[in-house]
Amino acid sequence: MHRVKVRIVQDALDANATIAAANRADFDRAGVTVVNLMSAPGAGKTSVLERVLGELGDVRVGVLEGDVQGSLDADRLVSLHIPVVQLNTDGGFGGECHLDANMVRSALGDLPLAELDLLIVENVGNLVCPAEFRIGEDARVMVSSVAEGEDKPLKYPLMFRACELVLINKIDLLPYVDFDLDHYLHHLDTVHPGVERMVMSARTGEGLDGFRDWLVGLADRARDHVHA
Amino acid sequence: MHELSVSRAIVDTAVAHADGRRVTAVQVRLGRLRQVVPRSLAFYFELVARETVCDGARLDQELVPAALRCEDCGHTWEIDLPDFRCPRCASVNVTVATGEELEVTSIEVEEASACIV
Repeated sequence: MHRVKVRIVQDALDANATIAAANRADFDRAGVTVVNLMSAPGAGKTSVLERVLGELGDVRVGVLEGDVQGSLDADRLVSLHIPVVQLNTDGGFGGECHLDANMVRSALGDLPLAELDLLIVENVGNLVCPAEFRIGEDARVMVSSVAEGEDKPLKYPLMFRACELVLINKIDLLPYVDFDLDHYLHHLDTVHPGVERMVMSARTGEGLDGFRDWLVGLADRARDHVHA
Repeated sequence: MHELSVSRAIVDTAVAHADGRRVTAVQVRLGRLRQVVPRSLAFYFELVARETVCDGARLDQELVPAALRCEDCGHTWEIDLPDFRCPRCASVNVTVATGEELEVTSIEVEEASACIV
């Protein structure tokens, strides 16, 4: 036996990128705009969706709920009377901590894509791994809450750089936590200068209009594009 | 935490190129901005490699520093902290020159030696 070196030079996540492109093609065919919603556990992804998705006008929206286990989040969205599909990642090694393109692909058959304009994929709560895996989405949005602390952009630059929009949630807690919004925004602009951001509280409803309009705008742009 | 998924992706890539041969080493380039912890990656790699042709293979990790380039003034610099503004002209029109690598560059495989007549 002898040893031979085989030159490869391939992105380790090539396989994921290929499947993400296949998802993208399916979304385009169905005319669906896809948002990958990411955050740390407990930042308020589901709460924001609960408050916003029922008021998107004529935009037909569906949700793909990613969780390690259970359907607690999906159950919360049932009252909105929109298609919600639960995707659990615990089939793998102790439960994957993120959704990848293949997991999303496996759930596409359960979603009525042809009847949707907008699909929200609520990723597993985690500030590192979801940022690595594209799923074929149009936009990546992250929810960051004031209860998490103002240093988070500096600690998780991968996530804060990966998203096109940052929702700063739970601002009703500002009087009770040591969180200086100006410091936070400075950190955010250090890591991802100028990234679009919205300040809100899913609990009080403050600032949610902006995100609602943003979602409607995103879906409308895609619909105009299809009709053009 | 994502080291498990990243090691799976690395092993899958190596297996795909090994063509059934036993893999003795895998060379990877890891950019600092990917937030991969080398010791964690080595740990998971060993675990994920079991029951594949990569079982027992060595993982050689080349760590690539994060370097940015200012598209306005041309300045290039390395960063330790995630500060994406140009220190020379304060522009935010900055691109990543290096540091986003997550590549399998080569593998070392065992081959049966040719018969010497």
